[in-house]
Amino acid sequence: MKIVVAVKQVPARDVQAELVPSGDWIDESGLSFEMNEPDAYALEAALRLRESAGGEVVAVSAGPERVQSVLREALAKGADRAIHLAADGDAARGLDPAVNAALLERAVREEQPELVLTGLQSDDTGSGQTGVVLAARLGWPHATLVMAIEPGQGEVRVKRELEGGWYQHMRLPLPAVLTIQSGISRLRYATLMGIKRARTKEIRRLEAPPEAAGGLRLAGLALPRRSRQTQFLEGPPAEQAAQLVEKLRFEARVL
Amino acid sequence: MSGILAILERGAGGWHRMSFEALAGALELGRATGEPVTVCVPAADAGAAAAEAAAWGAAVIALEHEALSLYAADAWIAALEPLIRELGPAWVVLPHTYQTRDFAPALAARFGRVLMGDCTGFAIEEGRPVFERQLFQGKLIGRFLFETEAPNFVSFQAGAFRAARPAGAAAPVTVRRAEIEPARIRQRPEPPFREAVQAVDLASVERIVAVGRGIGDEGNLELARELAAALNAELAASRPICDNGWLPMDRQVGSSGQTVAPKLYLALGISGAIQHVVGMKGSGCIVAVNRDPQAPIFEIADYGIVGDLFEVTPALIEELRRSKETA
Repeated sequence: MKIVVAVKQVPARDVQAELVPSGDWIDESGLSFEMNEPDAYALEAALRLRESAGGEVVAVSAGPERVQSVLREALAKGADRAIHLAADGDAARGLDPAVNAALLERAVREEQPELVLTGLQSDDTGSGQTGVVLAARLGWPHATLVMAIEPGQGEVRVKRELEGGWYQHMRLPLPAVLTIQSGISRLRYATLMGIKRARTKEIRRLEAPPEAAGGLRLAGLALPRRSRQTQFLEGPPAEQAAQLVEKLRFEARVL
Repeated sequence: MSGILAILERGAGGWHRMSFEALAGALELGRATGEPVTVCVPAADAGAAAAEAAAWGAAVIALEHEALSLYAADAWIAALEPLIRELGPAWVVLPHTYQTRDFAPALAARFGRVLMGDCTGFAIEEGRPVFERQLFQGKLIGRFLFETEAPNFVSFQAGAFRAARPAGAAAPVTVRRAEIEPARIRQRPEPPFREAVQAVDLASVERIVAVGRGIGDEGNLELARELAAALNAELAASRPICDNGWLPMDRQVGSSGQTVAPKLYLALGISGAIQHVVGMKGSGCIVAVNRDPQAPIFEIADYGIVGDLFEVTPALIEELRRSKETA
C-alpha cells in the first residue's frame, strides 16, 4: 500500500513564546523545532502498515527550508522518500487549514497514494482540520481520531476514538485520508543505520501552488488572561511546601 | 445572507453537553450582531429533543433521517449542506465536539470556507466579531477575523459559554426530512462501544494528584503515588502519560478522558493544554507545580509553584507527613 504521511514542523513544546516587536507573530529566531507529535504517531502507523502489508511510505511537509529536518527525521525512521512543499511567509505559518491542505493536495495528486495519514492536530496552531479539508479537496472519504487501522480489499477498517471512553469502528473505501490520534502505538527511534541511510534518500522539492487562501486573518496575538488570581509560592522547595500545606489547610480548607 | 444557524449535537445517548453551551454562544453572537438564531437538530428522530431545544426561544428545525442514527461524516454533510444553502445564514455555530471536528471542516469546505474551530470567545471590534482561540498549546491567544463572505463557520470550545437555563416562551419546531442518499455515504459506521469497564471513577473523588509530561519517566510515577497517598488522593494523568502506557486510560483527565471536579486538584508537570483543562477546570482548588512560568496551567491555578517537581514533591510529602503528626 502506498501511503503519504503529512508531517508538520512545530516549535518545540518547552519554548518560551516571545512575540516579535510588531506583535503579529512569535519570534522564531531563537526557537528549536521538532516534528509535531501527533504526526509522529501518523508516521509510526504508516511504517507499521508498510511492515505488515508492504508498499511505500512518502513523508511530506510544507514550510520553509528548515522543515527538511523533520523530513530527514522521517526518512531516518524508515520513510522511503520525502517531498518538501516549499512555502514562505503567511503560508509557512500554517495558520490556515485551507492553505495547508492546498499545499498537501499538490503532493498527493502527484503521488496518487491509497492512504494519506496525518496527525489529528498540530501542537502550534491546533486547528485539527488539515486532514479533513485535504480529503474534501481531493473528494476522498476521511476519518478522524483514528486509533487502529486494518487494511482490507479496497478499503480500510479503522477504530475511531469518540469522547468519554467510547470508540467506533468504521469502514472506508480507498483512497482515503485518516487523521491519527496519539497513543496509537509506541513511537520508534531512528537508528544510527537509519540516520546514515536517510542521507542518501531523496527529498524532492515542490514549489507551493500560488492560489491557496482560506480566509482567516490573524488580527492579533495576546498573552492569556488569568481567570484565577494565582498565588505563587516563593522560596526554596521546603518553604514552598510548608506554605502550600498551610494554605490548603487554612485558606482553601481542602485538607 | 443573514441569521445564525446553531447546529446542536444529539446522539443516541442524548444531548452532547456542549450543545447548549454552543447555543448560548450563538445567542450571544446574535445579541452582539443583531442576527436572529435558528437551531438545527440533526437526528434519526429529533422529536422530543427538538421541543426541548425550542425552550431556549430560538426556532428549531428537526432535521431527520434514519442515516443520522449512527454517525458518519458524509451523512451529516449531506443533511446540512442543502439546509445551509437554503437558509443562507451569516454564521453557522457548532459545539467543538469530536463529531464536529470530524465533519464540520469538510462541510465548510463545500462552501469554500474554513471552520474557525475551538474558539474560546469573541469580541466585537469595529462592528465585526473577532474570535479568540488558543495557539501554541495555550501559551498565546490568537484573535482571528473572517475575510470571507457568509456563511462563516465557527465552533466553540467546551466552557467558552455557560449553558444558561431556558427562558421565555418556547419557539416553534419544524420537522424536516433530510435529503440523504444512503448509497452515497462512503463511511460504513459500526455501533459505538466501550473498551472496558472503568476501574476508577475519578469524577467522584475529592482529591486528585495528576501528572503530565514533566514527570519525565515511568519510574518517577512512584513519587506522584507517594504524594497521592500522603494526600489521600487518587492518581490521574494527562493524555501523554496514558499514551505511553504508564497509567491506564481510565486515569486520564481531559476531553478524551474523564471530566473531574474534585475539591483539590494538584497538577504535577502538566502544562495545561486546553484538551486537559476542559476536563479539570471545574475543580475547587487547583495547585500547579511546573518549571515553566509560562505554562498555561498557571492561568487557572489558585496556588502555583514554579519549580522542579522532583524537588518540590518530596518536600511536599515530607511536609504533609510532618503536619499529620502534629495535627
